[in-house]
Amino acid sequence: MIARTQQSRSQILAAVRNALDQGSPNKRATSPGKLVVPACAELDASGRQALFIDMAVEAAATIHQIASAEKIPWAVADYLGERKLTGKGVIAPDMSELPYGQAGLDIRCGNGKDSDTFSLTGAFAGIAETGALALLSGPGSPTTLNFLPEAHIVALKADDIVGTYEDVWSRLSALEIAMPRTVNFITGPSRTADIEQTMQFGAHGPRHLHILLIDEHR
Amino acid sequence: MTEVGAYSAESRNGFNARVERALADDQLQHALKRLGSGFVEKRARAVARFPEFERLRDAATSIKNHVLANLADYLEKFESKVTETGGQVHWCVDAEAARNTVLRICREADARLVTKGKSMIAEEIGLNAHLTAHGIEPVETDLGEYIIQLAGETPSHIIAPAVHKSREQVTALFHSAHGTKPRHAPEDLVREAKAVLRRKFLDADVGITGANMLVAETGSAVIVTNEGNGDLTQTLPRVHIVLASIEKIVPTLNDSATILRVLTRSATGQETTVYTTFATGPRRPDDLDGPEAFHVVLLDNGRSALLGGEFHDILRCIRCGACLGHCPIYATIGGHAYGSVYSGPMGAVLTPALWGVENARDLPHASTSCGRCESICPVRIPLPGLMRHWRERSFSRRIDPRRQRAALRLWAWFAARPRIYRVATGLAARTLKLLAGRRGSFTRLPLVGGWTDGRDMPAPEGGTFHRQWHRRLEQ
Ligand code: SF4
Repeated sequence: MIARTQQSRSQILAAVRNALDQGSPNKRATSPGKLVVPACAELDASGRQALFIDMAVEAAATIHQIASAEKIPWAVADYLGERKLTGKGVIAPDMSELPYGQAGLDIRCGNGKDSDTFSLTGAFAGIAETGALALLSGPGSPTTLNFLPEAHIVALKADDIVGTYEDVWSRLSALEIAMPRTVNFITGPSRTADIEQTMQFGAHGPRHLHILLIDEHR
Repeated sequence: MTEVGAYSAESRNGFNARVERALADDQLQHALKRLGSGFVEKRARAVARFPEFERLRDAATSIKNHVLANLADYLEKFESKVTETGGQVHWCVDAEAARNTVLRICREADARLVTKGKSMIAEEIGLNAHLTAHGIEPVETDLGEYIIQLAGETPSHIIAPAVHKSREQVTALFHSAHGTKPRHAPEDLVREAKAVLRRKFLDADVGITGANMLVAETGSAVIVTNEGNGDLTQTLPRVHIVLASIEKIVPTLNDSATILRVLTRSATGQETTVYTTFATGPRRPDDLDGPEAFHVVLLDNGRSALLGGEFHDILRCIRCGACLGHCPIYATIGGHAYGSVYSGPMGAVLTPALWGVENARDLPHASTSCGRCESICPVRIPLPGLMRHWRERSFSRRIDPRRQRAALRLWAWFAARPRIYRVATGLAARTLKLLAGRRGSFTRLPLVGGWTDGRDMPAPEGGTFHRQWHRRLEQ
């Protein structure tokens, strides 16, 4: 079997190289051209934050601004109350330090389970261009938290809002870590339009996406 | 290429019969009417609010041109990155090799249940039938794909596979498959499917996804979805298999951003989809979830033979589906009439390449030459020109006896439907006029080669006959 794959490998690569060698020269574009980056890359921090909020809300996410990370447990409790969401919750291991018990929350820490009503995670970045959140998988931020629960609550620092997707990649490469198994860009709650093009929320992923925007400069 | 994937040889050349069936199918005509200009309007709105869009189309086009010109190098680079991050690449010359590779991986994992994200490659190679025949249960998890799997059908649109199904049909399908009471509201239907498929996600041994892109720089596979089904498919089972064809490569993560910007706006008119996910290798040692194994099945299936030739440009296609939504023929006959998983203008170009034009000789005639598809294609593929190349090829090989009949029949159908006819001919007239330029005539035209052999065809001027007639009446 391995031998067969090896053979197919050389066969395909040879076919590709041959075809290209014989192809007309104008097919031999050697440079991928200049990157075109949207204008929002040029916005300052407050412009980025305003655009991020607009775009995320347009994508049906909800946003609540808080002044510091210490307020997260109470903001979560308030949100669950408003939405009348009861049941079990789970937090990402890298968010486990906060005093959830004091806010009356009974939650465990770990990866996502089918029985979870809600999850709380952090985010690597917010993207002004589209209102997307960027989440990296890792021991402190399991991917299942982003997809299994009914409601996904994401704590995002205002300082982590960047302009474009390119900015996310350059921040990631600045960390000098290996590419994580999963990079999720999440923009609003799960949806489908597969039945007669009518928009329905909560297809396979969370029905609610709630962003706690931590803005210490407010 | 003799490989026909999920289709029988009989289905391949029955275009005329399928068109007639599609025209007589009230359910389908109703669904097509409901689809209407929905995708067209959504795209137009998204483009209007994004001033960089035209320049981005150019950038996306040159990224794809660059990749194709250096494809072998990028494929090798991609493979070495996948290996470096703990995954494995499997090279497959044709559909049969790909089907067997997937089956072998599933067997090695002792798999019985396989969940699937939406993958056109899986459709192209007829994967579900193959797995089922060997005792493995494949379950589609994209809602549209799930609906057509229950119905035993193939997709009728590359991004909206069940677009031809009515709500009542979905109600009946779910009722009989799930044994639940019939539900009618879309929101109840979605909830029911979610509950059924959630169990499948949790029980699956292997998850199979397609890929909108493969990133050479990092060895990542990118999927773009709104439901989140692709993410559950590739996160929960022990094994993740990515199915992708060789032209899906982009060089860098930054290049992927450019492609994404034109892809989602062209496809559904969204700034971005809800989920865009980059998967790289299997789970890392300390991760709490994610698959233990990561496989990429790389399919050629006739694509390398297109490189550098007349049909080279179709390899830029990013499967956004915009050319389907903008095509008056697709809007009239729907996707199944094309007889291939690839329909609309891109299908009319790609299918003859995959099957051999002698097996799909009618498809390149599924065109009014109106040029709308080319005008909106995010990677500027000259679709009408490529269809014309096929027509010329099949004519020169004389495998095309019923050519005029097919064309005339299509014309007759349009002529009997004045509103559609006016839209189509209006577009065609304007396009022909533009193409003919200052000379105002053509020395050669598709479909009427016999006629233009001896004379030039004057390009249309001043609108269609209908338009002029009405102007007269108004004066
Ligand atoms: S041919 Fe162009 S418009 Fe059609 S699906 Fe491909 S990329 Fe989209």
